[in-house]
Amino acid sequence: MSIQTVGVAGSGTMGAGIAIVAARSGFRTIVYDITQAALDRARKQTEGFFAKSVERKKLAQGEVDKILASLEGTTEIGALAQCDIVIEAVFENLKVKHELLAKLNAVCPPSTLFASNTSTLSISEIAAGSGRDERVVGMHFCLPAQLMKLVEMSPGLRTSEETFAAAWALCKAMGQIPVKTKDNPGFILNYFLIPFNNDVIRMVEAGLAEPADIDRAIKTGLGYAMGPLELLDLVGLDTHLLVAEALYASTHEPRAAVPALVKRMIAAGHLGRKTGQGFYKYSGNAMFGG
Amino acid sequence: MGYSVLKLGDSASFPESHLLLEQARRDGGVVIVLGDRIPEALERLGARERYRAVVVELRTECLGVYTGERAGEEGSNMLGFARFRLGADPATSLIELVRQPATPQAAIDAARAVFESAGLKVSVCRDVPGRIIDRLVRPYYNAALRRLDEGLASASDLDTTLKLGLGYPEGPIGLLERSGLAQHFDVTQALYEALGDPGYAPARRARVAKQRSLAAAQADAWVQRQREQGND
Ligand SMILES: NC(=O)c1ccc[n+]([C@@H]2O[C@H](COP(=O)([O-])OP(=O)(O)OC[C@H]3O[C@@H](n4cnc5c(N)ncnc54)[C@H](O)[C@@H]3O)[C@@H](O)[C@H]2O)c1
Repeated sequence: MSIQTVGVAGSGTMGAGIAIVAARSGFRTIVYDITQAALDRARKQTEGFFAKSVERKKLAQGEVDKILASLEGTTEIGALAQCDIVIEAVFENLKVKHELLAKLNAVCPPSTLFASNTSTLSISEIAAGSGRDERVVGMHFCLPAQLMKLVEMSPGLRTSEETFAAAWALCKAMGQIPVKTKDNPGFILNYFLIPFNNDVIRMVEAGLAEPADIDRAIKTGLGYAMGPLELLDLVGLDTHLLVAEALYASTHEPRAAVPALVKRMIAAGHLGRKTGQGFYKYSGNAMFGG
Repeated sequence: MGYSVLKLGDSASFPESHLLLEQARRDGGVVIVLGDRIPEALERLGARERYRAVVVELRTECLGVYTGERAGEEGSNMLGFARFRLGADPATSLIELVRQPATPQAAIDAARAVFESAGLKVSVCRDVPGRIIDRLVRPYYNAALRRLDEGLASASDLDTTLKLGLGYPEGPIGLLERSGLAQHFDVTQALYEALGDPGYAPARRARVAKQRSLAAAQADAWVQRQREQGND
């Protein structure tokens, strides 16, 4: 099957980025959200993003005009009936996703594929509430989606080969780099990253080394661009907690369990960069201390 | 401030020439003790109090083996260090500098200054098995090897994901295949024995690589014996 029109459900952080990716590669793109405010915010951010692309001479103004004209927002779910695939990026909650997919199932033709951008839920479980479980596939983009090329793609237990192949081809047509993974909690990225980050936090918690010493060791010894604690401060400890708790709930692996220090830091308002303090202190955008 | 180097036996941290060795003097406020015969070297060194810092090379052992420990109050002018290297890869410029709870700051600063004067980077940590990097990455490497066996994804998709998703210079499978699965076995097995934490238990692929290298050594030894006996 050939995909011409891409739907995105949920116009939040991820949905807005995914819509940029689709529209930029020439697909007619329809973004649906329950709130007009979310659509307006995303539209503004998208226009700002493309204005920068023009400034940096990555795109010509004419190209941007065309892209923006192919990208529309709506609060009417019925508008998604025209889509060959709908990528959902609504709240990370199985019930919310089931309700959305059930409604989509009623408005979209049987041929429309559904993809989920879930980070921690099971594709098979999401598909079970869709009314078309053979045509549901996992498509996990990375934040920020408009810049990151990686997409982790996973078939659910009942996903058909044609569905997977069509979504894979779309991914490539959008200029992304797909990898295939099993429908496993956290897929690849979060499955490895969350326990590693928890171990790093436990090292700080136990006073085995200072954050700056740990980051310096990892960057110098392994050549990582960013230290794990710098990364956690960027992601935010509240976000880390949410993902880690979801992962632990489905794997019960001891390393996925969130160290108590995370909750103490959240209670103290030390969420990371966004509150000016996490494992490091920040003034404006610059890091000091450490 | 000058420093001296006392080396007995083979050094894993500085097996080759390095600015740290070239800059050393015959005497100085800090002495770096290198090699795999640390107890003997410490005996030869004599009175340690006359140094601002005595810094001994560690492998998988803790510093406490040489200093003794006193109910959590241990700490003196004696520190430990290891220069990080991954298996067969060349040594990096990272020095993990090991302190104890009551190590005086002046001793830490003196040791740090010596390494930094030779262009090395220093991370200070407590006297625990695996220090910083090995303690953190070995469970991740074992998990990657296990998940590869379980078919979570192909080796190349696993590596691509971690490279693109996290900006790592290399994925875990490619890195271990290059730097040596048998060497990973040695490090993670020592940590497993020291910590008892199942995350460090060597993954099957690491154990197989280790057994294979032992088998190859045995076969080589036989060929060598045959040759010596003029049987070939
Ligand atoms: N934020 C990340 O780093 C990240 C990365 C990869 C994947 N994800 C996944 O992407 C999804 C969205 O995450 P986000 O961070 O963009 O969330 P977000 O809260 O920024 O956005 C969610 C949007 O969905 C809308 N929404 C909620 N229910 C809806 C419904 N029934 N119909 C239509 N729209 C609805 C909300 O109004 C909101 O605008 C989640 O499944 C999350 O796990 C997030």
